[in-house]
Amino acid sequence: MASAKKIIKDPLFDNNPITWQMLGICSALAVTTQVNTAMVMSVALTFVLVLSNMTISALRTLIPTKIRMIVELCVIATLVIIADQVLKAFMYDISKQLSVFVGLIITNCIVMGRAEAFALQNNVRDSMLDGLGNALGYSIILVAVAAIREWLGSGTLLGIQAMPASYSGNLLMVLPPGAFIIIALLIWAQRTFISKTLREDN
Amino acid sequence: MEDLINICINSIFVENILLAYFLGMCSYLAQSKKLESATGLGLAVIVVLTISCPLNWAIKTYLLEGGALAWTGNATLAGMDLSFLNFICFIAVIASLVQIVEIVIDRFFPPLYTTLGIFLPLITVNCAILGASLFMVERDYTFTQSTVYGFSSGIGWAYAIMLLAAIRKKIRYSNVPEGLRGLGMAFLITGLMAIGFLTFSGIKLGA
Repeated sequence: MASAKKIIKDPLFDNNPITWQMLGICSALAVTTQVNTAMVMSVALTFVLVLSNMTISALRTLIPTKIRMIVELCVIATLVIIADQVLKAFMYDISKQLSVFVGLIITNCIVMGRAEAFALQNNVRDSMLDGLGNALGYSIILVAVAAIREWLGSGTLLGIQAMPASYSGNLLMVLPPGAFIIIALLIWAQRTFISKTLREDN
Repeated sequence: MEDLINICINSIFVENILLAYFLGMCSYLAQSKKLESATGLGLAVIVVLTISCPLNWAIKTYLLEGGALAWTGNATLAGMDLSFLNFICFIAVIASLVQIVEIVIDRFFPPLYTTLGIFLPLITVNCAILGASLFMVERDYTFTQSTVYGFSSGIGWAYAIMLLAAIRKKIRYSNVPEGLRGLGMAFLITGLMAIGFLTFSGIKLGA
């Protein structure tokens, strides 16, 4: 049994799911124009990832190998529906802003990927920690990108003015290209300073 | 007719499903190293999107929406709103559709199967497919509109992945800083492409 600390810490920096395994990038970017939507999205993803990892790990001896994808999709879709309904009921404005992107957690490669790669082989406790670690790794990147975009794009952080009042905002950061460029720079920084084991062709 | 052309132009250029909504990034990054495989995956996405959007429209309109079951003539059923089941139904439809498309292509168009075959399973978890269906629901498209939307989003996605593959081929021998190689560079290029596509915004036909 791997140590709990390592399971959680590994995906945060050295093996961050977004910058290293290039998973789950889809939904990561569209919600990053503001910090608070990014945070809500992270919480929703953490909820889904931890519970789906636990459920699939608990069922792992019962799931026939041939239909495991469908079973996994059903578990994940059910959890996403719960998250979406809760958001609609208690945070209607934010759920409007997140629009279709909560639903897209279903196809988020992190959730499916962790279920396939980890939860099917490990016990419930480890799977829960693995889910938590990966979800936190995802959240760090998401909130970081959102903070940069909100700060440079509209001069605020969490809606509070964080730039001199004369700052007029950089539209490029709010528009989609800004997200792509920031992710590229983050990957560059992470690979240069944090992961020393850089190996990729091309 | 004009609104259909508008939807078409909009989803290919102005609101490209990949460059403006970030959908389908995983396979976009993974499969864009070669132009041939990018083209294959693009074609497969177009086929699946064109079928899945109208199919999901029908399921939404006749089974899930509030009051959608009125055609059964049963008062209890007519009063039900099952739209919270949207996600799970759509993903089930997409997963089974991909299987069926795979079987049909394998049986009737073997050469196409050898090109597309390996990409089809990947498509089930491509967010662009589910995303297009969810956008279609959110924007209240009609049947024709959602068919056109599905088809043209597919074209937009295929266009973007082929562009990236072609650019990556060109820069294969360029001297890129070490940490930026591969994934980082792909993102930078995509960012620049997205800036390019921004220039299309505002294009609209008719009044």
